[in-house]
Amino acid sequence: MRYMFHKIFHTSKGMGDKHFGLDQSLFILSLVILLVTVLIPMVMIVYSTFFQDNVFDWQLFPRVVLAPENLSAIVNTVRISFMVTVFGTLLGLFYAWLIGRSDIPMKGVMKALFTIPYMFPPFFGAMAWSLLLSPRSGYLNKLFMQITGNTTSLLNINSIAGIVFVETCYYFPFVFLQVVSALERMDPTLEESARIAGAGQWYVIRRITMPLVLPAIAAGAMLILISSLSHFGVPAILGFSNNIFTLPTKIYQLISRSAGSFQGIREGAALSILLVVVVVAALYLQKLVLKTGHYDIIKGKSMRPMLIKLRGAKIPLLTISLISLFVIVVVPLFMILAVGFLKAYGLPLRWENLTLRNYQYILGQSKMVRDSIFNSLFLSISSGVITMFLGVMIAYVVIKVKPKGKGLLEILSLLPYSIPGIVLAIGVILVWSGAFVLNLYNTIWIILIAYIARYVSFAMKSASASLEQVHYSLEEAARSCGATHLESLRDITLPLIRPGMIAGFFLIFLPAMRELTTSVLLYGPFTRTLGVAIYAINAEGNTVQASALATVAILIIVLGNLALRFITKERKALQ
Amino acid sequence: MKQIVLNHVTKQFGTRGGPDVIAVNDFNLAIEEGECFAFLGPSGCGKTTTLRMIAGFEDLSAGEIWLGDRPVSDKKKNLYVPPEHRGLGMVFQSFAVWPHLNVFENVAFPLRVQKRSKTEVYEAVMQALIHTDLAGLEHVYPSDLSGGQQQRIALARSIVTNPKVMLLDEPLSNLDPQLRESMRFEIKSLQRKFNFTIIFVTHDQSEAMALSDRMLVMDMGRIVQVGSPSELYQNPTNQFVYGFLGLSNFLRVVVDKGKLYVKDGPAGQAIPFDIPKGISGSDGLLASRPNEIDISAKPGSGYPGKIEKRLYLTYCIEYHVRLGNQTIRVHTSHANVFAEGASCSIMFKNPRWYAAESKEIERERIERQIGV
Repeated sequence: MRYMFHKIFHTSKGMGDKHFGLDQSLFILSLVILLVTVLIPMVMIVYSTFFQDNVFDWQLFPRVVLAPENLSAIVNTVRISFMVTVFGTLLGLFYAWLIGRSDIPMKGVMKALFTIPYMFPPFFGAMAWSLLLSPRSGYLNKLFMQITGNTTSLLNINSIAGIVFVETCYYFPFVFLQVVSALERMDPTLEESARIAGAGQWYVIRRITMPLVLPAIAAGAMLILISSLSHFGVPAILGFSNNIFTLPTKIYQLISRSAGSFQGIREGAALSILLVVVVVAALYLQKLVLKTGHYDIIKGKSMRPMLIKLRGAKIPLLTISLISLFVIVVVPLFMILAVGFLKAYGLPLRWENLTLRNYQYILGQSKMVRDSIFNSLFLSISSGVITMFLGVMIAYVVIKVKPKGKGLLEILSLLPYSIPGIVLAIGVILVWSGAFVLNLYNTIWIILIAYIARYVSFAMKSASASLEQVHYSLEEAARSCGATHLESLRDITLPLIRPGMIAGFFLIFLPAMRELTTSVLLYGPFTRTLGVAIYAINAEGNTVQASALATVAILIIVLGNLALRFITKERKALQ
Repeated sequence: MKQIVLNHVTKQFGTRGGPDVIAVNDFNLAIEEGECFAFLGPSGCGKTTTLRMIAGFEDLSAGEIWLGDRPVSDKKKNLYVPPEHRGLGMVFQSFAVWPHLNVFENVAFPLRVQKRSKTEVYEAVMQALIHTDLAGLEHVYPSDLSGGQQQRIALARSIVTNPKVMLLDEPLSNLDPQLRESMRFEIKSLQRKFNFTIIFVTHDQSEAMALSDRMLVMDMGRIVQVGSPSELYQNPTNQFVYGFLGLSNFLRVVVDKGKLYVKDGPAGQAIPFDIPKGISGSDGLLASRPNEIDISAKPGSGYPGKIEKRLYLTYCIEYHVRLGNQTIRVHTSHANVFAEGASCSIMFKNPRWYAAESKEIERERIERQIGV
């Protein structure tokens, strides 16, 4: 083993010596791009919080953090994320166990339904649920008041509970997918040997299965926690009207209220630091939890695990899961689709109330909407292509070249993973609105830069996964046949990882297409994105048009997902 | 006393989009107390499925299984005792030691389930660890141990409750060859100490022969032959068992007027062999072991052949000898040196005649290999 390492190290070093130029310049280029797009914005946030006109000023930070309205935003953020994490984890675990270890029927259907919340931005869900449950005009609330004659509504979605509910619906798949995959990879004999030792089904679940999938549960729960902490869309749509603020929505409010004054941006930056601290604390917690449990549970011959027979509970559990999935997945989609065809929000869903006028308006008359669609397409495609190549370059340097500073490169490229989008947006504003040379504020380029920084981690991870599959001997074989370093890269390595690169592009294109959090702080009069347009139309009260536009976005996302699925299938067939 | 009895045990698996596969077909067996019994067969023959039915991980499609005087699976009476209530010990191919528990807790697990007292647990675990040479490693986690040591944990865990029956599923196939040899002895000596009955599943014929008192060979879900290792080796009932139990040559032959000839070989050259009665005129196979063939340079001292290839192996020389248009392998001592291309004479010392496998069986075998 040590010999092999030695050998790898030497060969790669040998290559580097002969072709110092290419490897070295790739390394420096990667480093510079990451420094400019990721690190400098973060440094600028800290700098502008603690310096005013280049003079040290420590007073702003405590003043902002301790302001009562900001304190309540902190409390709300932590409360909401905590509850979302707990409920999302429980829900995810329940479904994971049902699908991974019980004999419940229709597993394929359920698995397919679970991937749907993954595809759509949670703020669509917030819109859909406020169509149903907003206190005065929500369809369900009106129905309830009609039937019972009550004047108070049944449920109010514009509340902390409402925010928690919608976020839970969208984030529980994190735990579900992690745990299901851990259960599927787990050696079934680990559970069988406990049965043979005399333990019953529940004892085995408690003492063997649960501890073994604990790392997967913790990883999923932390993903929920971090996503919820930095989430903007749902609390923005459901919370503003009732003055419920979280840290991200408070930061947004500070910046937009200040109308571009530097004081507002400084206050936003101060709150951003706080948000990052909370997120980093959560990440640290995850590390602590995961440290105790890194097991190799993927070995042994794969036998089908023994499925627990639900017997009498089968039909009730199936009914519960199908109904809950229907409510979580199908109902919101249907609402958005249906309301997009209504003449006016609030009209009953009847044939004579339907119209195509909303689509005519958004796709034909409104220049703003048309612009936003083109902007989003431009941004998603260009950031997808650029970031994907950037990711390949960084991954290549980290995995194949292995220069001295590769640790720094890795950290820098994975850092955006833990930076909330709203914080990144502030950093980008601070750097690119004239502080250094260029002023890109209100142009589409500032959004592009933010997207690149935001998605570089995705690209890097997906490129690393493909590159690790390419054994170094393949490139060496090309070199031994007389190819130059560049030729072996171009003719061997890149073609081998091309399917991974295409999949990587879609992994950026899809979330970029529906992006809201970063763009909402960066858009200018002519650079609205699709997410911003939907959000803005909805905020103005044009619910039907917002729903129609959301339907268009859903259509684009579905098409993108189909393309992605088609490509990954091709790739599997190739292997 | 009969310790394990299987009557007409059958297991059918439904396959997606295809016909049901009969993994185990009308399996009948009785194993005596204290026996060490091996299930031998190629992968997909149904040996592991049978073991898992005895353990209780698979229900039967038909038949019944008894452990001692207690029925544990009976399809007719719809009886099925779950694995945790069968009181068995079992060791898995993957060892299945729990990575989140240290050595002590792994071994203590079966006793903890039974809610034994602290001192009882401690004493029983320490005893088991001593017997498996793991004393002193109580607080180590399995990931820090070698494959052989993990295997010992699995063994210690299975003997700690002193079960009457021990099931071993390919227990040695994840170990390197040297360790495999020494573990064989250890399993045997543990059996002598604790006096349990062993069923073990393997696809390695030398392991089955070395360990077992009796063994059976399975093929395509059916038992082909049951007996002691020497009975099976001396007297294989068909070509399959012969081929599975050691290196073998199968020479295609024809019987004509009471004499045996190599198929499509030179006319007039009979192979010296006492032909069993009633097989005149039929095609068949002459089975021989490479080390049970005499080879000499003298013409006329046996069946004429030609040396095609010579390979030096560690303990013998292997010759590939052409007989007619077929080739057989011959192992002989390093004293017998022939040049490639030389003529030679062949004498089979202990050959056996088998009817050729029918086309249907061949097809079934291929279908199963594709399906499984």
